[in-house]
Amino acid sequence: MQNNDKSAAVIRVMLAKIGLDGHDRGIKVVARALRDAGMDVVYTGLHRTPEEVVDAAIQEDVDILGISLLSGAHMHIFPKVLQLLKDKEAEDMIVTGGGVIPDDDVKELYQMGVHKILLQDTPPQEIIDSFRQLVAERGDR
Amino acid sequence: MINRIPSMQLAERVREGHLRAIARLITRVESGDNPEVREALAELYKSTGNAHVVGITGVPGAGKSTLVTQLVHEYRASGRKVGVVAIDPSSPYSGGAILGDRIRMGDLVSDPGVFIRSMATRGTLGGLARPALDAVDLLDAGGFDIVLIETVGVGQDEVDIVRAAHTTVVVNAPGLGDDIQAIKAGVLEIADVHVVSKADRPDSNRTIQELKGMLMMSLEQGEGIWRVPVVPTSSEKHTGFGELMAAIDRHAEHLKTSGEITERRHQIALTRVVKVAEQIVRDNFARDSRSQTEALLKQVTQRELDPHGAAVSLLKAMKETIHETH
Ligand code: B12
Ligand SMILES: Nc1nc2c(ncn2[C@@H]2O[C@H](COP(=O)(O)OP(=O)(O)O)[C@@H](O)[C@H]2O)c(=O)[nH]1
Ligand SMILES: [Mg+2]
Repeated sequence: MQNNDKSAAVIRVMLAKIGLDGHDRGIKVVARALRDAGMDVVYTGLHRTPEEVVDAAIQEDVDILGISLLSGAHMHIFPKVLQLLKDKEAEDMIVTGGGVIPDDDVKELYQMGVHKILLQDTPPQEIIDSFRQLVAERGDR
Repeated sequence: MINRIPSMQLAERVREGHLRAIARLITRVESGDNPEVREALAELYKSTGNAHVVGITGVPGAGKSTLVTQLVHEYRASGRKVGVVAIDPSSPYSGGAILGDRIRMGDLVSDPGVFIRSMATRGTLGGLARPALDAVDLLDAGGFDIVLIETVGVGQDEVDIVRAAHTTVVVNAPGLGDDIQAIKAGVLEIADVHVVSKADRPDSNRTIQELKGMLMMSLEQGEGIWRVPVVPTSSEKHTGFGELMAAIDRHAEHLKTSGEITERRHQIALTRVVKVAEQIVRDNFARDSRSQTEALLKQVTQRELDPHGAAVSLLKAMKETIHETH
């Protein structure tokens, strides 16, 4: 996908770390992979609040908000983020996640409205393909 | 599939200061030329001209993002709404980018009086100036009193963006090299305010003195002429940012009282119009006129036609297609 192709808008992604979780190796791997695939990636840095992340994602108007969670706080943080997006009329934002999340929780998170969760050892290309597909399915905005 | 809100409808919300509408229209101007979007921007342009636009430039690492964050706090304390457009370089290989300025500005969100948007520079063909300045217009129309643009200020496109500001702040860090960085970057002449950042560092005094010496030599002095101040700032000691805001305010006042604002507005209009015209021509080449170009190029290589003549006929042929797409 070339940028001078007017029909193909560059995919914008915000990658976020929320709460006390200091594991940032994975999210940096994802950031680089998406960047190298031609996407614009806004990385929030560590220790953000859900409010900060949602406000920033709205201002940056990202297609996809990706949250990396290895702290075990996912069942608390994802619902919070989804609720804030709803409150701020930004439900059209695609929410994804990764990190360390048990399978049962993954199922529940999908039911809550998280679009995609990709865990340990997901090859970068799979993340790229999956993001492109999510944006294509959503359609023009 | 989601429901796409028409740009004109978004434009109405922009006027009410709706942040999501501003954000979405920036995305649309960034993702290329669409007549439906241009129409909305044209309408909104009528509501612009109220914001004071400040260009902040300096080499990577100079301390621009840190300074922008502090400056935003100062403006908020003075009761003004601030928009920020942060332009980060992209990877030259893929066109993608990791936009890092947001990390340093993280503590600014969750305040509806602040809006921060990151933008990537996209290779050589990419017209960065147009979307960046469209974003400034959107923030202006959305009721932001101050719009700060952060750019690294190298390359023609970036210099053009800075030229489209009312006040240009050049950020110099101590010890980043022997010469003043502004000279290297070629932006000494366009600075309305110089900052020496990291004034907590011992080598900052030398940079301040060098800069002051340089300004004495290179600038005319006298009644009614703006004297470019050198403002030291330190994010460590939290000093200088109030002074910087005051210097920018004084410059804004000077533009008005001296009448220079008229000249500057004219200059900004000129830069923008020429820039967009260039962009339209480039886009057109890239899009429709390839086969035509090829035929002409062949004539030029075979010495049947000279380059100037070929260019003129290309532009003539372009006239109709431009009308359709813009
Ligand atoms: C390396 C590591 C550390 C390093 C972190 C270094 C760093 N800067 O990142 C250090 C040593 C500092 C560390 C500290 C701790 N750790 Co640790 N750590 C790990 C370990 C071994 C590997 C994590 C890693 O880097 N993986 C490699 C990367 C590339 O993989 P990844 O992050 O999973 O990312 C991939 C995918 O998940 C996905 N992905 C990631 N993010 C996103 C986002 C999106 C949007 C998408 C689509 C995909 C995606 O893509 C990536 C590529 O495939 C894990 C064990 C494990 N199995 O994960 C424990 C682990 C995460 N740590 C754990 C713990 C408990 C801790 C500590 C609390 C230990 C302590 N008592 O001090 C501290 C907490 C530190 C803190 N402030 O958060 C636990 C967490 C338990 C839990 N969740 O319930 C784990 C699971 C170990 C365990 N089995 O107990 N840790
Ligand atoms: N000591 C000191 N360091 C600073 C100051 N301002 C910025 N820095 C540091 O300089 C580096 C670059 O700052 P940044 O704002 O990202 O620069 P930019 O690339 O010009 O946007 C960071 O590590 C900052 O922490 C300052 O006033 N004092
Ligand atoms: Mg910066």
